[in-house]
Amino acid sequence: MEPTTGWYLALAAALFVIGAVGLLVRRNPLVMFMCVELMLNAVNVTFVALGADLNDVGGQAAVFFVLVVAAVEVVVGLALVVAVNRRRASATADDLSALRG
Amino acid sequence: MMAQIGPVAAPAVDWAGLGPVLALALGAVVAIMVRTLARRLPDWVDWAWTALVAAAAAGAAVSLWGRVGAEGPFNAVGDQFGVDRFSLLVTAVIAVSVMLVAPVLHGFCQREGWSGPEIYVLMLLSAAGGVVMAGANDLVVLFLGLEILSIPAYVLAARNLARIQSLEAGLKYFVLGAFSSAFLLYGIALVYGSTGTTNLVGIRDYLSRWVVLSDAMLLAGLALLLVGLGFKVAAVPFHAWVPDVYQGAPTPVVAFMASAVKTAGFAAVIRVFVVAFDLRSGDWQPAVYALAVVTLLTGAVLAVVQRDVKRMLAYSSIAHAGFVLVGVQAASGRGTAAAVFYLAAYSVLVIGSFSVLAAVSGPGDSRTGLDDLRGLNSRRPALALGFTVLLLAQAGVPLTSGFVAKFEIIAAAVDARSFWLAVVAMVSAVVAAFLYLRIMVAVYSSPDGGDGAGDAEESAEPLAVPVLTGLVVAATVAVTVGVGVLPSVLHDLARDAIPALVAAG
Repeated sequence: MEPTTGWYLALAAALFVIGAVGLLVRRNPLVMFMCVELMLNAVNVTFVALGADLNDVGGQAAVFFVLVVAAVEVVVGLALVVAVNRRRASATADDLSALRG
Repeated sequence: MMAQIGPVAAPAVDWAGLGPVLALALGAVVAIMVRTLARRLPDWVDWAWTALVAAAAAGAAVSLWGRVGAEGPFNAVGDQFGVDRFSLLVTAVIAVSVMLVAPVLHGFCQREGWSGPEIYVLMLLSAAGGVVMAGANDLVVLFLGLEILSIPAYVLAARNLARIQSLEAGLKYFVLGAFSSAFLLYGIALVYGSTGTTNLVGIRDYLSRWVVLSDAMLLAGLALLLVGLGFKVAAVPFHAWVPDVYQGAPTPVVAFMASAVKTAGFAAVIRVFVVAFDLRSGDWQPAVYALAVVTLLTGAVLAVVQRDVKRMLAYSSIAHAGFVLVGVQAASGRGTAAAVFYLAAYSVLVIGSFSVLAAVSGPGDSRTGLDDLRGLNSRRPALALGFTVLLLAQAGVPLTSGFVAKFEIIAAAVDARSFWLAVVAMVSAVVAAFLYLRIMVAVYSSPDGGDGAGDAEESAEPLAVPVLTGLVVAATVAVTVGVGVLPSVLHDLARDAIPALVAAG
């Protein structure tokens, strides 16, 4: 059976939800970054599937911008984790609780 | 089946129309290059150059304002980046915010012993992203602008490496910011799927001509766009990061985030929802209505129970965001004008308020509790008076810009027949007024009231306020009272700031 656009969109939605739930559940910043990447790549799958469906290159062009932004975000995110690790031996989100109301 | 790709036509670029973005971005690049090569330059060069670059951007916006008046709105790059009076006024607000924050940042950096231009460079780049967002005519450009705005802001929030709270603020801001970007992007993808384009002009055109086949996809896309942008403008229930980030980040950086970053976020909300999706306003207006109600009430009520002044002002900024959402919800020209007026007035107010806190917070930037403000009046009467005026303006007392801004918003809501929303906004203003009174009582209470003698001794030591910070506070107070007494100038500017979507010529 030839997979239709709907299947790709369903796959992307599933990946997005896995990423979102993972980000909310996991406590390690590195795993949280991976979950963000999963969400962004789910969007990429959506863009490509819809672009192919609409017979339009715009969807694929958008993916390049998303990839660049994802790379930039990882650079800043990892730098932040390194900066935190210099102060604290471990960097889990539960250790970061100095800010309370 | 893939589309055949022909030769790529380069878009027509109107360089003058890109003036404000180019000024901010090139100014940032020049600053970091010159300071890397010439390390012996004195520290004041950084803030002076930053303010100069921001002034150039504001000047470019003023000259474009006249051109738009003569020729009408136009596109600067193909049909991707529009220049209209709405984006120009937002640009001017962002540029003025940078001009006001830069001198405060100088005094702060000297006290903390930070040198180097990077904090100013990041602020300029972030401001450039905000300007891109204000003029974006395409959802992908809007997303890029949002990231250019946000990524330097994550670094700025974590700049105080000696303070674990600042690092924590940066990491939290980053994780939730990236999370919200993913939602925004998914929304863009779904809107693209249902309308066949990411261009706001094209989307508006498509919606006016055709009945959308996959209505569920379009509605899901709109909802995700609202979630993504709701995070950026700190609407409840997407506000969880605000108190932590505002408390942890360096105080002048918070002034920048509460003014320029929030203004740019609302510019994007207005551009996408009020302008591009105006034909579907029946779909998004109820959602924004609900967001506005929850934001107004949660922000005001939670602000009152805080112990840290930066946290208090963070929750109060959430309540202020609720007011702007009321203007957005009206989905009318009057509502947009009121929202822009509110953002301009609030940006000046909040920069002044956080400038006072930046001076009071002391070495290490940690003395921001309500008790640390006790006796400010006896230590620095002029600063206490300026702070009082700014807080009264935030509460919306007449003869200040805050009153006029709140009045315009409520008038727009009544105009749009959202009576209950107007009532909720007024209730929120009353609750929030209690919070500002609480801060004022602390400022005017005696430092040794009931506390040990050691405390009184500590509070009696003179508070060093940098001259530039004092001047910025004075300027923001003057603008606040000036706009409050003579609102017509800013009112007319906001009324003329009409967003427009121009098809490619």
